[in-house]
Amino acid sequence: MSSQDRDPLRFHHKHAGDANLGAHPPAAGSLHRAGCEDGWAGWRQDLHVRLRVFLVFPLMFLIGSFALNSEASAFCGFYVGKADTKLFNKASEVVIARHDNKTVITMANDFKGDVKEFAMVVPVPAVLAQDQIHVGNPAILKHLADYSAPRLVEYFDENPCRRYALEERSMDALKSSMAPAAAGSIERPRALGVTIEAQYLVGEYDILILSAKESAGLETWLTENGYKIPHGASSVLHSYLKQGMKFFVAKVNLGEQSKLGLTHLRPLQIAFESPKFMLPIRLGTVNADGAQELFIYFLTKRGRVETTNYRTVRLPEAQEIPLYVKDKFGDFYRDLFAQQVTRENERGVFMEYAWDMNWCDPCAANPLSTAELRELGVFWQEQAGRMGTGQAQNVFLTRLHVRYDAAHFPEDLMFQEISDRSNFQARYILRHPWTGQDECPAATAYRQQLRERYEREAQTLSTLTGWNIGDIRKAMHIETAFVPAEKKWYQTLWGN
Amino acid sequence: MAQDTETVQPARPFDPRLYQIASLSTLLLYGLLWLHFDVSPWQIVITIGTALLTQYAGTRYCHLPAFDLRSPLISSLSLCLLLRTEHLSVAALAAFIATGSKFVIRWKNKHVFNPTNLALVVMLSGGLGWISAGQWGQVAWFGFLVACLGSLVVTRAARADVTLAFLGLYVGLLFTRAVWQGDPFTIPLHQIESGALLIFAFFMISDPKTTPDSKAGRIIFALLVALVSLYVQFGLFRPNGPLWGLITCAPLVPFIDYLIPGARYDWSRPSSGHAPAAAFIPVLVPLSMSQQRRFS
Repeated sequence: MSSQDRDPLRFHHKHAGDANLGAHPPAAGSLHRAGCEDGWAGWRQDLHVRLRVFLVFPLMFLIGSFALNSEASAFCGFYVGKADTKLFNKASEVVIARHDNKTVITMANDFKGDVKEFAMVVPVPAVLAQDQIHVGNPAILKHLADYSAPRLVEYFDENPCRRYALEERSMDALKSSMAPAAAGSIERPRALGVTIEAQYLVGEYDILILSAKESAGLETWLTENGYKIPHGASSVLHSYLKQGMKFFVAKVNLGEQSKLGLTHLRPLQIAFESPKFMLPIRLGTVNADGAQELFIYFLTKRGRVETTNYRTVRLPEAQEIPLYVKDKFGDFYRDLFAQQVTRENERGVFMEYAWDMNWCDPCAANPLSTAELRELGVFWQEQAGRMGTGQAQNVFLTRLHVRYDAAHFPEDLMFQEISDRSNFQARYILRHPWTGQDECPAATAYRQQLRERYEREAQTLSTLTGWNIGDIRKAMHIETAFVPAEKKWYQTLWGN
Repeated sequence: MAQDTETVQPARPFDPRLYQIASLSTLLLYGLLWLHFDVSPWQIVITIGTALLTQYAGTRYCHLPAFDLRSPLISSLSLCLLLRTEHLSVAALAAFIATGSKFVIRWKNKHVFNPTNLALVVMLSGGLGWISAGQWGQVAWFGFLVACLGSLVVTRAARADVTLAFLGLYVGLLFTRAVWQGDPFTIPLHQIESGALLIFAFFMISDPKTTPDSKAGRIIFALLVALVSLYVQFGLFRPNGPLWGLITCAPLVPFIDYLIPGARYDWSRPSSGHAPAAAFIPVLVPLSMSQQRRFS
């Protein structure tokens, strides 16, 4: 077992790929539902370059025909691409569905090594019965990750010569679009003070629920049973034991796995009732080989979730960035995240998404269905009716992303659900300039402003990612881009 | 934070509440500009405005001699720092409850609940708002800690006993828990790194108008609050333990005062309420008889 595979919330990831930048068919919701609060800021920023949005992809034309106007005002922009969780190394994903102390935790990993090496040790508040443990469907988690991913959107500038005539109509369309839519033997453990409270085979996993009198015995038992416990874990195990917690230990049963014909590890789910709204991360910090990456998705009824013992920070969003980022959105987002982590002195928990599960704008993936949500533990949502569709979801999703290590995150993450239901998404904007040849005073002014806009976008990109401003300008061809050289003051003096 | 409206005193010394207002305002400004607190300017305006209006109405209604804006300012600034809500009406309601409670919920010419504490607890129980206790970060926390310690100097540590007793037991037990669990000390250190805890210890529980009059009574009171706070935090696993601790123990204050009497606090003469009490009582009693009732 490699050193990274033992702790509960961290698993290997060796394939850090780029973001999926392919054209992704948007959900219909992206067209008829607007209300991107931050979109207002963008409109206010530059009244002269007020945008109207045109359909981008052929598929969108199809869906657009269902919207009120053929020129749908996608207030939050049109979806271009997203930043996958796979961009980050050593990332774990956890889904917590919780209401009234009833909690379902889904723990997913993308472990790529030999499954014989895989093991998972998670402190849990109580002994779990077999029917409190379940093996989940990785595709649903992937859907949830896609739905809530940081996203790149684009707008297209219109012909400034047409703009003034259309301005009023455009604003009316905008207002109308604001309306919402819808083990071993028994003796040995006993000698070590370890009790195997329960032992189950669930799917391809061998599960043990352990309790122990003291951590040294537990550590010895785990080591003797092939779990390589990293140095320093003992004191953390001790702390959890003192807090009355049990240990959920999972290993892959190779026979069952081959019988099921599985080649990958499916997420493990546990359901329990506890007033503790927390996530134990301390075992994950024991190894000193760098920070861990963790994505936490909360599915709640009332509103969003935030940490009570660390700063929950919204990522910078609705920022306009240069067009060339379209081809390297993955790099952009990874560097942006690293920059924000540094800015918060490596102690921040970052909010990437907070949204009502009924809709999205723009959609990086469709909202999850009732059945999918139930699979993830949303027990308060009624089963879909006979028709199976059309039911409003009473689910709010919060996606937090944290990069943690022992030095900066000494304590487990504690959470609270609050009544805030305001939407947030990590959304970054590409604005395509108008490149028409029409001449009019508005077009001249527009072309002059473009230069400032490019510079502003370059500065934004540099601030967000820490990239070198000179390189950015070079990549943007700022010197040669679209804008004719500005005339000297005397060249316009006598009209020559 | 309920601070008293006093009649004009000759040769009045520096009022420590001015220092408190200055430090709370600075912190709020820092929180808005650097930490991006989820508080809109409108929420601040409405919270402060409602608190001042309520104080004014209370002053008129109870025929107090002077309208004092310091007390409602401290209450409302604390509310701005702690209370988060989506609705401006909730902010207004909180400020109204905080300031209004001083005039309504009283026992023997002393208000029972700390105004900010009461308003926060009502908002939390009603699910109307929440407290983002972890939003401060280290820099703000440390800066505010210095300011809070400064306030002890400014108040000449007259009523520091209650703050120190509370913090002593609360922090001490957090460290004891860490030793018992074998945790590194970074954990209790991280646990006390909460802005809400500082506001609580230096502005709420220390409020001379809602704590027992005698020194012994105050220390007993502070210890009780600390124990209940820790129980809420680690027994019930709920955030904001100290707020619940104070609201639970506040009704015990009249009882403690009955058992261990002491001198009533006077903002213009910061005192510990202990040794000089015997000398002041004969003077204060006729004074308070001749004056209007005091509300703070």
